[in-house]
Amino acid sequence: MSTLAGTPALVRLALRRDRIRIPVWVAAVAALVLVTAQSVQGLYPTPGALAAAAAVVEDNSTALVMNGPAQGLDTLGGRVAFEVGAFGAVLVALMSLLLVGRHTRAEEESGRTELVRAAAVGRQGPLTAALLVTAGADALVAAAVAAGLIGLGLPVTGSLTLGAALGVVGLVFAGVAAVTAQVTEYARGATGLAIAVLGLAFVLRAAGDVGDGTLSWASPIGWVQASRPFAGERVGPLLLALAAAALLAAAATALGARRDVGAGLVRPRPGPPVARASLLRPAGLALRLQRSSLVAWSSAVFLIGVTYGSIAPDIEDFVGENQDLGELLAPSGEAGLTDAFLGTALLVLALIGSGFTVQSALRLRGEEGAGRLEPVLAAAVTRTRWVGGFLAVTLLGSAVVLAMGGLGTGLAHGLLSGDTAAVPRLLGAALAYLPALWVLVGVAVALFGLVPRVAAAAWAVLAGCVLVGLLGPLLELPGWVSGVSPFQHVPRLPAAEFSTVALVVLLGVASALVGAGLTGFRHRDIG
Amino acid sequence: MTTTIFATGLVKTFGRTQALDGLDLHVTLGEVHGFLGPNGSGKSTAIRVLLGLLRADSGRVTLLGGDPWRDAVVLHRRLAYVPGDVTLWPTLTGGEAIDLLGRLRGGLDRRRRDELLESFDLDPTKKARTYSKGNRQKVALVAALASDAELLILDEPTSGLDPLMEAVFQSCIGEVKREGRTVLLSSHILAEVEALCDRVSIIRAGRTVESGTLAELRHLTRTAIVAETTRPAAGLAELPGVHGMERDGMRVRFEVDTAHLDATLRHLTGFGVRTLTSQPPTLQELFLRHYGDEIEETPQPAGALR
Repeated sequence: MSTLAGTPALVRLALRRDRIRIPVWVAAVAALVLVTAQSVQGLYPTPGALAAAAAVVEDNSTALVMNGPAQGLDTLGGRVAFEVGAFGAVLVALMSLLLVGRHTRAEEESGRTELVRAAAVGRQGPLTAALLVTAGADALVAAAVAAGLIGLGLPVTGSLTLGAALGVVGLVFAGVAAVTAQVTEYARGATGLAIAVLGLAFVLRAAGDVGDGTLSWASPIGWVQASRPFAGERVGPLLLALAAAALLAAAATALGARRDVGAGLVRPRPGPPVARASLLRPAGLALRLQRSSLVAWSSAVFLIGVTYGSIAPDIEDFVGENQDLGELLAPSGEAGLTDAFLGTALLVLALIGSGFTVQSALRLRGEEGAGRLEPVLAAAVTRTRWVGGFLAVTLLGSAVVLAMGGLGTGLAHGLLSGDTAAVPRLLGAALAYLPALWVLVGVAVALFGLVPRVAAAAWAVLAGCVLVGLLGPLLELPGWVSGVSPFQHVPRLPAAEFSTVALVVLLGVASALVGAGLTGFRHRDIG
Repeated sequence: MTTTIFATGLVKTFGRTQALDGLDLHVTLGEVHGFLGPNGSGKSTAIRVLLGLLRADSGRVTLLGGDPWRDAVVLHRRLAYVPGDVTLWPTLTGGEAIDLLGRLRGGLDRRRRDELLESFDLDPTKKARTYSKGNRQKVALVAALASDAELLILDEPTSGLDPLMEAVFQSCIGEVKREGRTVLLSSHILAEVEALCDRVSIIRAGRTVESGTLAELRHLTRTAIVAETTRPAAGLAELPGVHGMERDGMRVRFEVDTAHLDATLRHLTGFGVRTLTSQPPTLQELFLRHYGDEIEETPQPAGALR
């Protein structure tokens, strides 16, 4: 057991470092699930209301794609599991993979693992400690969700199953992150890879749930949904997921035993001895640093767009003569159902694409925090020019990501429906979200310039936008709350009317925020 | 204009920490100026103020005739900087980082760059991530030395270099000096300071405590004397400037302030000097005297830390 020496101390270290982070994650995930569950209860007070809503969902691809298989929808518990299951699973998975990445590869990349391992700490100590801490966080989420659902008066077995399902998804993705942490030397790459696996898992189960369900069995999220909380619970799929988590952890351990500290399975190659002219300015440097990130985000958004676009042509068939559903999807009755669906799809794509925007904008603070800004500003580079170079990549990169989303949706939809005009139409509709993304850039730059220590709060702002955009209608937030999100002011093209005013106002807000941040940055100390 | 850096009364506080407390620094054109002080005495903060990265709370500072905060970019074209803790972009190669840093300050001499790569024995095709501390420092040094900057600001540039590379560095700075360029060199390596610096400033707790040529500073220290006399040397201990008197028969051992050396020796010769050895003050002693408080501070008992 000498390879595990020091693990208890490392667990305590991780808990000490994350004494705020873990409770916040656990509380946020559990609270989101429970608040949603409570509002579902309020929305469907009678069995009749539930049955009516269930009828709407049965053949509604949008709902199936976003939520999962329609099972047990005639009960309140089933409805809750349907509304929060997939969403909660993604949140727990994100929490788990980020925590594991943070305590394994990020530590190793920073060189701290070397220091730790030079003490009486075994080879597997850091990974084991990271997995134990993450498993603890997953268990807390599971317990909090189960207890909360029981507290809301839902059946005990179903509540326990849903809680366990969320916890087990977390364990699987902790295992995924443990493996990706062995592959590359870079924490960012390792986490990105794990998030890509999560995205794939979501897409597979979405495709499976819309189709005959086979593909769902290729996805860990599909497995835990197959445990059927509140709909005739089954333990088997959860055990399958647990076994997968254990297998992944074992694989990570085996891979880790074979490599050097700091090294990955992918060896770094020698690079160019001299710099190309394109690198030799701030914008060139910014592009070079974010090239792979931009490619990854663009491809992810493109693929998700393709998924949505290929579902869209079926929408009309599903709805058929169902007037209620028609009303639900397109209340105005003017725009077609397909367009209404595409509008929602593009909103989701824009929200996902904002991940690139915020990550890229926060590079400013990242470079400063890592000490790499100092030598650059000690050269003949004005602060404005440096920020400008990095912002150019962020602003244009955001446009590229959005365009790829619109293109993916448009190409798939156009090919399947024979409507070639869909490509430019959806491309334009996706780009309409650009001003909203730029407002997020403004938020990040303002934080960076005025209160650099809390620049990462830009992520919280994005999380708020996601919350308002996806759960706003369900949570029945007051208008002034949801109005804070810039995404709510973008016309939901292609169904809605195009509005120049809203976009111009958003651009104004974005410029004001960037201006404020830049002014703050030009007058503050570096470091 | 013979003054390259003129700073007086610099004050900088971070929250409740007083990093600079009325610092003075005066560097003349064409000299290599040593900038010394214990860890945490404010050297790097002072350098960041000189670079316009931090704004001093009060005090006056002129660098190459300009205001480092207001004229940052204009001035930076004329200077090159090597940070104490070099962090590079992990995915860029060393060669790319050198070109980037050189280009951003206005360009570098390609032939000189390649010569420096050779003499510092640095592989420019390796990703910065794989470099050791010494190699990262070499990247910053090559970028700075391959420039035609009038002023080099070097913050502990050799703390990670091996003795061979230290020698390369010293010869490079020697060349810079011959070309009439100015260097501000923060360093803890006393042999390096002794070999390179025309003048030094010693700071402690954010304040300049000593400034001058090495010869002038030596003057402030004591010479150790061991002498054997034919008659017992009486009254030595009572002389001004004599410290640590030890007597062993006809042998005496003491230290004397360099300012009182002459008078003390005159007194001593009156007793018939048979043997005499004198040890000039070493830089080491000079610094220990100025760093003193830092060293005498009692360390925390290990048990206090968990």
